[in-house]
Amino acid sequence: MTVAALDEVEVDYAGRGKALGPFSLALAEGEITALVGPSGCGKSTALRLLAGLEGPTRGTVRRAPGRGETAVVFQAPTLAPWLSALANVALPLELAGTPRGQARARAAEALAAVGLPTAAAARPAQLSGGMAMRVSLARALVTQPRLLLLDEPFAALDEITRRGLADDVLALWAAIHPAVVFVTHNVEEAVYMASRVVVLSRGPGRAAGEIVVDAPLPRPPGFRVTAKFRECVETVSAALVRGMAG
Amino acid sequence: MNRAVRILAPILLVGLLLGVWEAACRALAVPAYFLPPPSAVAANLASDWPVLLRSAWNTLAMALAALAVASILAQALALAVGLSPVLERAVRPLAVVLQVTPVVAIAPLVVIWAGIDHPQRAIVALAAVVAFFPIFSGAVTGLKSADPDLERLFDLYGASRPQRLARLRLPAAVPFLLEGHKVAAGLAVIGAVVAEFVAGSGGAQGLAWRILEAGNRLQTAKMFAALAVLGLLGAVLHALLEALERYGLRWWRGR
Repeated sequence: MTVAALDEVEVDYAGRGKALGPFSLALAEGEITALVGPSGCGKSTALRLLAGLEGPTRGTVRRAPGRGETAVVFQAPTLAPWLSALANVALPLELAGTPRGQARARAAEALAAVGLPTAAAARPAQLSGGMAMRVSLARALVTQPRLLLLDEPFAALDEITRRGLADDVLALWAAIHPAVVFVTHNVEEAVYMASRVVVLSRGPGRAAGEIVVDAPLPRPPGFRVTAKFRECVETVSAALVRGMAG
Repeated sequence: MNRAVRILAPILLVGLLLGVWEAACRALAVPAYFLPPPSAVAANLASDWPVLLRSAWNTLAMALAALAVASILAQALALAVGLSPVLERAVRPLAVVLQVTPVVAIAPLVVIWAGIDHPQRAIVALAAVVAFFPIFSGAVTGLKSADPDLERLFDLYGASRPQRLARLRLPAAVPFLLEGHKVAAGLAVIGAVVAEFVAGSGGAQGLAWRILEAGNRLQTAKMFAALAVLGLLGAVLHALLEALERYGLRWWRGR
């Protein structure tokens, strides 16, 4: 079943011209799709369309999830500095009217699930970049979303931290099976995270290729050195080069 | 630079300047009505301190009352403006005109309205006008200062307008409000002094009146003594508000 879909969407921004499209994408339930493309190709715009935060200029967006069933993780942790980690994670539930005590209890569970059971009282300013991103992830997962949208969530982190978080995201996905869209400009990360990699051309972005990564999710140890992984990375890179050429 | 040097450097400079001043007055035999030596100012401070202290308190009390009035009005108006973009468009030009008009120019009007028997009311009102803008513009900016991605998150989770205000815009405005109040408190003291000068009446018995009174009698050492107290009052208030802002920010940010 399709969770969300873009049908021949185009987005024009006043003063900047066309940012995306025409572009189509359908997300199946529980599927992880990576969107890869050069800077300015409109991948974040596509994400905002899927989230329902923006409307397309032309074309249609179809979304099955109701209120509170979509979650977004941005490039920065985007935490409220005046709230503790626990209160930040509980925020989506409290906005939806969940009683405070219950919301905080579920937030504590979500924090434990991302490996931060002891950080509940900490403020965002006291957390490292990787920890803040985990809190952001916990906030996205606390509502048990049907659609999880990740907008270059690891871009500001170091390599070791990103790899750890990539495995954690896959493990968390395995627990609640949301449909996931993962936007990145890192080809290896895209192949590692997704069962399907959609390559966008340079802006205004259009589909420049689609590669299915036929391997088990979450990834087995050592997946990055397998021939299959290397082959997929090369195929995606080649599609990206073609897309850059226009 | 170690701690002792940091503390001693300004004290030494002040001591040096006072020493030069004292020596110059004595060596050049400057008349006391023109420039009294620091020793004469100090003697005046010692003999007049009860009056000066009472006057300083009167000035401070009027400035603080003005700050309270300005704080309430500015935040209430900023909130209304923050909720309605149309109202903001309507209010902005008026606010700017009132802000760029010097307080001394509107003082005579306010003195008339307050009534000649109530100079304190006029002074509080004028100081409040001066203190209004830093708080108002801080609050307006602060209410719009939330991270745009956090705003999107509130959209995503379908937050209502009151929820957005209470849980996002108001808390995000706190650092701007702290800064606005700090600036406003300093301006309120300046406003209170300027207004008392313009009111030109002894009814309020603030520090400005002490300066006016001494000036009219050519008691220059008395003027310097009042000025010294005024400077000290300003410096202490500033240090206090700096500390308050730092403490407030630490509470807000948790670090």
